[in-house]
Amino acid sequence: MITTITQEQNNMTKPRKPADQSQQEIDHTAKMQAINVNVWFGKKQVLKSVNLTIKPNTVTAIIGPSGCGKSTFLRCFNRMHELAPNAKMTGKILLDNEDIYNSHIDPVQIRRRVGMVFQKPNPFPTMSIYDNVAAGLKLTGAKKGKQLDDIVKRSLEQATLWNEVKDDLTKPGTSISGGQQQRLCIARAIAMQPEVILMDEPCSALDPIATAKIEKLVVELKEDYAVVIVTHNMQQASRVSDYTAFMYMGELIEFGETSQIFENPKETLTDNYITGVFG
Amino acid sequence: MMNSYDFRKFKNQLFFILCVVCVIIAIIPLASILFEVTTRGARQLSLTFLTSTNSNGGIGPAIQGTLILVGLTSIIGVPIGVLSGIYLSEFGNNKYAQNLRAINNIITQFPSIIIGITIYGLIVLELGSFSTLAGTIALSFILIPIVTRTTEESLKLVPNNIREASLALGVRNWRTTISVVLPTAKNGILTGLLLAVSRIAGETAPLIMTILGSRYFFQGLNKPMAAIPLEIWRNALQPYPEAQAQGWSAALILILMVLIVNIVVRLASRSRMKT
Ligand SMILES: Nc1ncnc2c1ncn2[C@@H]1O[C@H](COP(=O)(O)OP(=O)(O)OP(=O)(O)O)[C@@H](O)[C@H]1O
Ligand SMILES: [Mg+2]
Repeated sequence: MITTITQEQNNMTKPRKPADQSQQEIDHTAKMQAINVNVWFGKKQVLKSVNLTIKPNTVTAIIGPSGCGKSTFLRCFNRMHELAPNAKMTGKILLDNEDIYNSHIDPVQIRRRVGMVFQKPNPFPTMSIYDNVAAGLKLTGAKKGKQLDDIVKRSLEQATLWNEVKDDLTKPGTSISGGQQQRLCIARAIAMQPEVILMDEPCSALDPIATAKIEKLVVELKEDYAVVIVTHNMQQASRVSDYTAFMYMGELIEFGETSQIFENPKETLTDNYITGVFG
Repeated sequence: MMNSYDFRKFKNQLFFILCVVCVIIAIIPLASILFEVTTRGARQLSLTFLTSTNSNGGIGPAIQGTLILVGLTSIIGVPIGVLSGIYLSEFGNNKYAQNLRAINNIITQFPSIIIGITIYGLIVLELGSFSTLAGTIALSFILIPIVTRTTEESLKLVPNNIREASLALGVRNWRTTISVVLPTAKNGILTGLLLAVSRIAGETAPLIMTILGSRYFFQGLNKPMAAIPLEIWRNALQPYPEAQAQGWSAALILILMVLIVNIVVRLASRSRMKT
């Protein structure tokens, strides 16, 4: 309740954005682009005409206070959003200039191209470390046998986990530490060789050392992928990202190069949030 | 006056002792049943007893009958029950499934004699004879709702983030259910199956009205058949000590059969992956 009131107040004080957001131009250099995305859970609107461009080989950070819709927004990019009961969405999300919500598009194919790492590490409890990494390729029938061994090794190496688990590949995926499990989940996502990787607060359950490892990994990942990372940690956003989007109450308040957002934000809300006045 | 730490320690010990006492109280009936059945039933156990007909002093037909009944019922009921449970848990987000779930839960509560009398009216009277078929159907009516329910409950316990992890990799829904969700819920489902099978193995009331009992080995799906629970029941009503002793032995055999099935299934499904 309280949040709704503050939001209305902010709407009154905040300079309004141009009304014709649906006319947002298509950026042909973008890897992914959200155009005028609105999301509802039942009657409650959670995202309000959000636009965002994700460039190839960059890291884009999404920041904002709890409940502002970051996770919801992220889940629109690989069509995980529609799995929630009574979830509704309008607008477009382009992947290589094609709307992933086109009726002829199979969401399963989109999820293979746009991988996801969740907030809490969630390895498959009945599978070994090896099988966890191989799971996507096995269960989609993409790869088998020797080829699989190579991919598992390469993915674990890329996730900087290989040296820690190379002798325990047959142990359960849940038998390693939380930070290792999170890197295992990253390896599992990379093994699918997606084009984009979405990360929803991947470090929130981890200690500083594991966090540092994952941050380093995120920066390395952008050589091959476009990465979108949701984080509550400003320092993390400024350390790893090239672009930053600030969201507030379901709206995208400001988007730009990370250095600009952190050093010279255009909106007062952004400034307040970054300097810790609220949030 | 005790200080508060000592008092809390005292409370802790008190509750611990209470728990132990409760466990003992719970074990007493179980242990005494096992003891009684074993001491009274073990005496006349022999190969002849296990394999010959009643007229030759054995309960062979009853053992065979129970194996056939439980086997047939499991073959019919387990797949239907497990699949229904999967449907209700993984795809049961609609009106139809909600009604199905409610009906299923009600059937689970039915006294088994009501199922027996229903099958008697529907099948036995129609076919004009007590039969193995009628017994199998009656027991299936008992088994399927239980299996459906326990399967659904076990699958519901699988955290949603495991499903999401799989779906986010681009694994299809049905594949996620089979390869990720089911293995995670395997132990719970198996426990449910074993409980249900053990329960139908000991059902007596519906059998009286469907397979009736028989002095002979299996004669066909459309003929009456013997079963261990019926054997126990009939023998227990007899005034003759020999017959009563046979009843005790039959009871022991039933317990052993249930036990063996449980152990074998547990061993066979023991997870290969050890932490
Ligand atoms: N499955 C759902 N059903 C109904 N409402 C939901 C659901 N998921 C999220 N919401 C609502 O949508 C809003 C945005 O949630 P979201 O999880 O996207 O926030 P967030 O920015 O990721 O927050 P946090 O930083 O705490 O993770 C919240 O108000 C939440 O209550
Ligand atoms: Mg979130």
